Amino acid sequence: MTALAAERPEPLNARALRRAARHERLGLLALVAPALVLIAVTMLAPVLWLFYLSLLSDGGQWSLEHYQRMWEQPSYWRTFATTFQVSLMTTGICMLIGYPLAYCLSELPKRAANLCMIAVMLPLWTSLLVRTYAWLVLLQRKGLINGWGISLGWWDEPLALVHNLTGTLIGTVHVMLPFLILPLYSCMRAIDRDYLKAAANLGASPARAFWLVFLPLSLPGLVSGAVIVFVLCLGFYITPAVLGGGKVIMVSSRIANDIEVFFNWGAASALGVVLLVLTVAMMVAAQRLMGARGLLGGQETR
Amino acid sequence: MSFFDWLRRPVTQTQVTRRARLWLYAVAALVMLFLVIPTLIVIPMSFSASQYLEFPPRQWSTRWYESYFASAAWMQATATSLKAAALTTLVATPLGTMAAYGLHASRWRFAGPMQMLLLTPMVVPVILIGIGVFYAYVKLKMVNTLLGLALAHSMLAVPVVMMVVASALKSFDLNQELVARSLGASRARAFLLVTLPQIRFSVVTGGVLAFLTSFDEVIVALFVSGGDHSTLTRNMFNALRDQVDPTIGAISTLIIAVTSLLLIFTQFIGKRDAH
Repeated sequence: MTALAAERPEPLNARALRRAARHERLGLLALVAPALVLIAVTMLAPVLWLFYLSLLSDGGQWSLEHYQRMWEQPSYWRTFATTFQVSLMTTGICMLIGYPLAYCLSELPKRAANLCMIAVMLPLWTSLLVRTYAWLVLLQRKGLINGWGISLGWWDEPLALVHNLTGTLIGTVHVMLPFLILPLYSCMRAIDRDYLKAAANLGASPARAFWLVFLPLSLPGLVSGAVIVFVLCLGFYITPAVLGGGKVIMVSSRIANDIEVFFNWGAASALGVVLLVLTVAMMVAAQRLMGARGLLGGQETR
Repeated sequence: MSFFDWLRRPVTQTQVTRRARLWLYAVAALVMLFLVIPTLIVIPMSFSASQYLEFPPRQWSTRWYESYFASAAWMQATATSLKAAALTTLVATPLGTMAAYGLHASRWRFAGPMQMLLLTPMVVPVILIGIGVFYAYVKLKMVNTLLGLALAHSMLAVPVVMMVVASALKSFDLNQELVARSLGASRARAFLLVTLPQIRFSVVTGGVLAFLTSFDEVIVALFVSGGDHSTLTRNMFNALRDQVDPTIGAISTLIIAVTSLLLIFTQFIGKRDAH
């Protein structure tokens, strides 16, 4: 069969056809060029340039001193420790409070669930700064929550709810929660409830059926949501900077500070490179963990 | 049927009753309250007459709206943000649409990796993009210019437009274009008369999202906008770091109103392409 196909002579216009196809393809790819140029000039080239800067000493020689300093100075360790602490705690809290909500929504009839999804989407639709402002209003010393708590006699002194780790966590959890719930919810919706019926049929209590059947089936959604939240947290800047009040210094704040206050491009770039490597490493690890499904594939129900 | 009957009825196929589920409903309601409360509290607070934060406000007024509209600095920042967002829409929508169409129609072997490359602005931490753009603009003398800001925002918005348009193209049969071309239409004419009308709502949605990407963006604007070309978000961020000025509540309410209108618009037209 293949031998026959190979022996058959090419049609006379084969070369012209190939040339026309190549021409067509080049024309289509030329449409991609403007977007590629824009992204290359305003993002790829500058980021590569920052990488180059991070490898130069203050005197302009090749050196690893910025990375070395990061390794040696305890203040950098603290920054990374804070970043991981905030990211892990945010991811953990999101999983803890997001799972019951997603589960409840996935059990509701479709129409009621869609109505409730508005509550999940509303934060995504609201500008980040608006939400940060709202949390300041709610949480500060003379804010609404302290006002209510004191007037109801729950506590006597205003609680320190903002400009510290508590405030940062409340703000970041609020921003990140929808990113956990959306993939988790669509994963749970796709679970065939007949498996639970089968488990009950075989004598499992509802709780046991949940732990042994439903929970494992919902794990892919939970993992992909958690990875998205964790990765977004690593590079988070705005909310921790405002609600942390300068007390919770994450990598992003430190990068901004290095530029705005010290004009130290080398140090800022080195931190940025480490942040990028951590982000990409997390995503690749997650991709491996979840196999061929893919990180974003979990979000869609196809 | 009484409330108690309602509680006793099973809700799942494994015969769990609503009563056994009450704690779950309570937790879910609390989490939903947590999600919506910041947005819902900003709106009434912005109409408070008081300088201090109180909810519900004892006296209503529009003084914070007046102070916003009377402030030259806030007005200028608003104008800058609107101009930057409009320019971003004009740049990012055609670029993103062209890229999505070109990659889709070419059936190129490396279309996948190329798409990943074009989506990198969504993956790289924004703070790194911010200082990178700042560094490039210092060299190119484009710091504090409207054009520079709009180009940086376009870079962030192109992937958004691409994703929306690419997903619309997935359900579009490209053979329709071949038919048009076999009947004598040029490639551009076939695209404009056959393809574009069928994906137009997705293109508009992409444009609206590009507008919002720019209008909402803080970090890049913090670094590359300033002086006369300071954006609304940059001024808000700096104001929030110092103190809580109730004027921000008024601005926040206006932003919520504009954003909701635009997003409801996209939800409304988003369904039209899919048929």
